[in-house]
This record gives sequence, structure tokens and C-alpha cells, in this order.
Amino acid sequence: MEQDSGKDFEFSRRDALKLAATGLLATLPVTPAVAETKPETHAQHNQTSAKPAKQNAPKTTYTFLNRQEAAFIEAAVARLIPADEKWGGAIEAGVPNYIDKQLGGSWGAGERLYRSGPWQKGTPTQGYQLPFTPAELFRTALKALAKQMKKPLNKMTPEEQDSFLKSLEKGGTDLDGVPAEVFFSSLLQLTMEGFFSDPVYGGNYNKISWRMIGFPGAYGSYYDLVDKHGIKIDREPLSLAEDAMGKIHTHPNIPSSLKHGQGGR
Amino acid sequence: MATRLKPVDVVTVGVGMTGAILGKEMAALGLKVVGLERGPQLDTVPDFQSPNMHDELRFAVRKALMQDNTKEAVTARNNSDQTALPIRRWDSFLPGTGTGGAMVHWNGQTYRFQVADFIYKTHIEKRYGKKFLDPDLQIQDWGVTYDELEPHYDRFEYLCGTSGKAGNIKGKIQAGGNPFEGWRSREYPTPPMKEHYAGALFRKAVTNLGYHPFPQPSSNLSQPYTNPEGLSMQTCSFCGFCERFGCEHYAKSSPQTIILPAALKMSNYELRTGCQVLRINLDKDKKKATGVTYVDAAGREFEQPADLVLLTAFSLNNVRMLLLSGIGKPYDPKTGEGVVGRNYAYQTMNSAQIFYDESVNINPFMASGSSGTLIDDLSGDNFDHGPLKFIGGAYVGAINTNGRPIEYRPTPPGTPKWGADWKKAVVRHYNHTVNLNGHGGSTASRQNYLDLDPTYKDAWGLPLLRITFDFPDNDIRMARYIGDQMKKIGEEMGGKQVAVQAREKSWNTTVYQTTHNTGGAVMGTDPKTSAVNRYLQSWDVSNLFVVGASAFPQNSCYNPTGTVGALTYWAAEALKRYVKSPGAMG
Repeated sequence: MEQDSGKDFEFSRRDALKLAATGLLATLPVTPAVAETKPETHAQHNQTSAKPAKQNAPKTTYTFLNRQEAAFIEAAVARLIPADEKWGGAIEAGVPNYIDKQLGGSWGAGERLYRSGPWQKGTPTQGYQLPFTPAELFRTALKALAKQMKKPLNKMTPEEQDSFLKSLEKGGTDLDGVPAEVFFSSLLQLTMEGFFSDPVYGGNYNKISWRMIGFPGAYGSYYDLVDKHGIKIDREPLSLAEDAMGKIHTHPNIPSSLKHGQGGR
Repeated sequence: MATRLKPVDVVTVGVGMTGAILGKEMAALGLKVVGLERGPQLDTVPDFQSPNMHDELRFAVRKALMQDNTKEAVTARNNSDQTALPIRRWDSFLPGTGTGGAMVHWNGQTYRFQVADFIYKTHIEKRYGKKFLDPDLQIQDWGVTYDELEPHYDRFEYLCGTSGKAGNIKGKIQAGGNPFEGWRSREYPTPPMKEHYAGALFRKAVTNLGYHPFPQPSSNLSQPYTNPEGLSMQTCSFCGFCERFGCEHYAKSSPQTIILPAALKMSNYELRTGCQVLRINLDKDKKKATGVTYVDAAGREFEQPADLVLLTAFSLNNVRMLLLSGIGKPYDPKTGEGVVGRNYAYQTMNSAQIFYDESVNINPFMASGSSGTLIDDLSGDNFDHGPLKFIGGAYVGAINTNGRPIEYRPTPPGTPKWGADWKKAVVRHYNHTVNLNGHGGSTASRQNYLDLDPTYKDAWGLPLLRITFDFPDNDIRMARYIGDQMKKIGEEMGGKQVAVQAREKSWNTTVYQTTHNTGGAVMGTDPKTSAVNRYLQSWDVSNLFVVGASAFPQNSCYNPTGTVGALTYWAAEALKRYVKSPGAMG
């Protein structure tokens, strides 16, 4: 089933970069998130996890990032987690979609972030000390980068992109109040989350990263296996949002708390 | 204006482990008990169930079960010359919230401290002399001995149903257990958990090296168990979603599985959730507590009068509540005077990775929070420190707790953090790496302490707690020594490469270490160096008991929960006497 699966969605990293370069990606006809799982997913449910999934994530309906921002994010994450001959990377896993939904949702708005001032620069051991929410931080930094960069990231060669990203990582540049290294580490963190988190959040498309490393996913009862030392587990990973038909129901804005409100007496 | 409520006999500030146990014990005496919990009521069903619980991003990365830091954070700095700033996102340690507290998201690693730990100052000075200690160290005896606590350790382990193998029953060394442990009156309630592959590889290597491996004591259970409260537990399935999660299977001991239902079924026990206690109220002389003032979830303020106040919050919050209420003299690191905030300690964590050939499948995701094999040969004072010039030690073990991939992606030193080579390394090593844990003690020192932050406030307008902490030089020397031994063990384990990270300065709030924050309201026999007496009763306010790891005069190298449980039952026995004849017990 795999070969005829997701033809409409076959969309390589190179294509993505090309499209991003033209700014087209953000304006292409959109596929609603619920359509991410296609009929063939069921059949695929039975394939072993060892086989690389050839499908790519569907096109992102950007609800937070604008075209220019999306083009930067796509170009950046494609270098942070590049596709290789066997496994797709951040683009194929839908990481830009994850980042877009996180920044546009509760997390982007500063969920679980203590936000009272005064604001002071701390030592490295004191952690994040800026007033920006994640959404504000990305928007501010991306805007500053757009002004500062002579050539947009998506128009650079991969080598140029890598060396640009390394310069961000190294830090020392001010992006309208956001230190470049803070922006980079935030971007890298969200990229890793989008690649490795449960597909319910709209990244890790088709559980690509879990297949890649051999993580069996959200569910496991290993009581009978834990003392069978060294065995190879080769099963289809399971998402927490997967129904009996193997369809994953995405829900990108799960709250980062267990209960809203504390309940009274 | 606060609404004054009908007086009750006992109020507990917090309904985690200590609050649930003491609430139940006090209610069993026929007293009217109110448990005030700032968070929600959490129960195995429906709150910890699939599918939502198996979500690494939500619970492990974004810490959905933790104290709401948007309302109530903590500030931190490494020394008094710095300005403390808020820990704006939890990372280094993770206070819980809601019924069960931090014992919901704990790993179930259930230890006893050593006999010598409770008489630490006496023991160290006797063995190595008074001049052996670095001048900044401020170690103390507990005022309670191991022998006195043993029945209470036993009771707590039987409450939890802890799975393990005894190493010393009434002085007789038992094969397969930890030969270094203090005596215990009987075997663990349930046998050890199955040993995972990482544990087996470690066991073989340390046996070759002449060490004494034993299975980690676990309150994730190896078999079904019904505790003395009549509450039943199930077998742990090694699902790999343990620390930072609630257990959906009734397999992890948490207050809601082992004790709270027993309290809740008594008509004279009342749980109130969403209640943020602002202060303990005192009488004019400041010698007696008259009750507490709290704000409920709707923002309404209440005064709850009570004859007896039990401060049973997380260790850090116990200390903060004393400071907010003006109880006890705050510690001053310059003069060494004052007791509240004194001897804050932590844990000195070291780690190592052994990278194996691709044919060796470790399967790190098959794990419970406390499965693992370890040695106690390098713990506490189990080895001669004379030539080493430091005190303290670490247990070392292969204690693999999960393979959740947002946070667990071991790669050898020198691997880039992103890009094609990073990706290759992640694929190459994910299932072929064993982690070692060197869980070191934390020696109390003059410069590490807790007080109220002068600048930052919580959502109720009250000062946040300020932590001033860095690892003392002594503990850094200990960490290096432990790291060296871990390297040798790692090399014996047959991998291709061993990487060791011994703890270095400075304490970093952005990296998880442990939630073993101890001290600040320490117990002892001298009111000049302790905030509570040996029964955990406040020296200053006799109808206030402060129960938790806040009472540890310094931290041993073991996870604290077992000792907190033992101290809780120890305090419960004292409280039974107190209730008959109230007054200072010191």
C-alpha cells in the first residue's frame, strides 16, 4: 500500500524548500489538520516500524506564522533535522506545523511561564529572564532577522544555511531585544519537540521519529518482556491519539496542566 | 475581610504524603481534621488515565502536574553576591500540586538513610576528627536515631507495599540484599521488581569488581498488594511513563492509592481543595497558632481556627510558610544565627553513559520509575574517607527509568546538537546505551540557605521564596571521586565508549537534577541550630508541627521519600502523645 499512499502529499524537503523560497508554501491550498490521516493509514498500521515511512506531512495551514516567517522556519528546521537517504527530517515530520500551532496556542501565549517583573539579565544558571512569551519572542526575533539578513534563509545554499544557524547558536547578536542564542535554543527546542512528541500535536508525522529510533510510542506494557534481555522490539509505534483503525486525531492545543481551576470545597 | 469559619481540632497545610498520613492518623483519634490543599483533587480514575496520561510533552516536558509557577514561583541565585531571579519555568526541581503532591509524579525509589546519617556530626568527628571538615560545612545530628525510626520506616514501606530485597534483618546479613543497609525488622512487603537489561549488565560488572549489587527498592510494585489501610495495589507494567506522570494502573504508591481514601471515608476528615494558605495565625504572644488564613479558588478569604496546625507542604513551601507567618528566627548566613532557612541542601547528581555496539538492544522504554540495580559500597560513609579529604558519597546504579525521546536521546560527547551527524548519532545510540546514576549526598553549608525574596511576589502579593545555593567544594570533590569510580564500572560493562559527567559548579536552575530539596526547617535538639525539635514540633509555637524533608539537617545520598515517610509516622506517634497532653515536647 505504501507506494500508492499519499501521492497527493508526496512533497520532498527539496520541494518544500523551493516552495518556501517562492513564498508559495504558505499560500498553497490547505489541508485541514483532520485530513492528516488518510485511508491508507490503516493498511500502514500493519507494516513494521523498521520500514522507513515514505509519506510526508501534509501542507501546513499556517495560523500564526506569516509567509515570510514560515519560509524561515521551514528552511531552518530542514537543516536542524535534515532528511537523509533513509529517514525524513523535520519537514517530512511536519515540524513547521507543530511550531506554528504551538506559537499560536496556549504555549505561545506564555502558558506555565512566570511573567512578573522586574526584568533583569541573569547568570546562565538562572535561565530564561525575558518578558517575551514564546510567540512574542519568535515574532520579534524573526522580524529583526528579516531586517538584518541580506539574503533570506530559504534562498541560501544548505552550507550557507548551516553556517548562518551556527552563528545564531553561537550568539552575540541582538534581535530587537532577543539574544540570538536565546532565539536559536527556543527554535531548536520546539523543533525537537515537534519531531519527537506524540503526533497528536501535529508534528512527528506518521510517527516518523519513533520509527527511526525504535521507540514503541505512547503505550507499552512490558512486564512480560522486560526480563527478556536484548530482544528486538519491532512493532508499529502507537500514538496516544490513535483509534482502533490507526487514525491519529490531532489536537495541537492540549493544555499543559491537568485540571483547569482548582475546584472549591 | 476574611470569613471566620467554625474552629476545628486540626488543620493540615497541604494534602500530599505527609498531610494525608497525618490527616488520617489525627482523624482516627476522633479529632475534626481539615486538609487544605492549594491544588485540585487528583485521583487515579479519572485523572491519570489513558490516553491523556501517556503524553511526554504535556507531563514530562511542560510539567502539567507541577505547582502552578505562573502564580507561585521560586527565585534562585548561586551566592549572596548575586541578585536572585525567578525560576520562570520549572526545570531543576519539580514541586507538585494537588492531592498527593510530589508523591504523584515521583519515581517510587524508596530508601532508608544510613544509621550514621542520623548522627552525622558525631559520627564524622569521631571517625575523622574535628578538623577534617571544610570550615564552611555545617553538618548536624538529627536528634532522632535510626533505631528510633526503624519501626516507622517499616510502617511506611508496608503502607507503600515497597518491592525490594532486605540486606540486613535484625543484624543478619541477607544474600541478594544491600549488606550496608541499617537493620530492618523484617523483609520488604513485596519481592524486588524484575531486573531490566541495563541492570543486569551493571550487576555483572560490579560483581566482577567486588561490589555488592542489589535491586532498587521500589514503590512501583512487583505484584498485587493490599496495605494495612485495606487499599489494594496492582503490578507495575514497566510502561516507561512514571516520573512526572500519575500512574494509571494503581501500581505506584501515591497518597491517593495508599492512604488518602482511608482518611476521606472518615466523617471527621474534610478535604478542601483550591485553598491557598497565606499564613499561620498566631496569638498575641506568638507562642500559639490560632489557625490559618487561606484564599479559595474563587478568591474568597477565610480564617480557619484550629487547635493544632500541621505544616505538611513541600519542603520549600514549609519553609516559606514559616517565614511568611513570622515563626522562628530567619537564618542569617553572615552571623550564622537564626534557624528558619538554615541548612538548605539538595542532591549532588553524577551520571555516565555506556555506549554499546548496535547488536545490544537495551530497550530503555521498558522501565518503571524505580527499576534498576545499584551498589551502596560508595554511599555515605560506607568507605574510608580519611585519605580522600571529603565526606559523603553516592549510590551508583543502572537506574534506567524511561526511553521517552523528547528528553532521552543519549549521544557520545562531541556529537553536534543538530544536523545530519546529530541525527545519525541519535539513531545509532538510542537503543544501545546504558545510563549510570551516581546519586550523591548534599552537605549542608553556611552559605546555602532559604529566605524571602525582597522583590518578586506570588499571585496573592506575598514574597516568593529565595534559594541561595551552590555545591560546596566538599561535594564537588566527592562528585569527582564518584565520577572516577563510575568510569571504572562503565569500562567493566563491556561497552565501546564510556562518558562520565561528574557534578561541577554551579547549580543550574535550567537542568533537571532532583526534586530532593531539603532543610530550611531542620530538626534537632538545640533551638539555636534547629527550627523544630526531634518530634518536628516548632520550638517557638508548640501547637505547630512542620513535617517533611524541610526537617533534614543535611541530605544523605538517598532519595528522601522513605525518610520523609518514616519521620511522618514518627511525628504521628508524638502527636498522639501531644493531643493527650499539649505543650512543648522538646
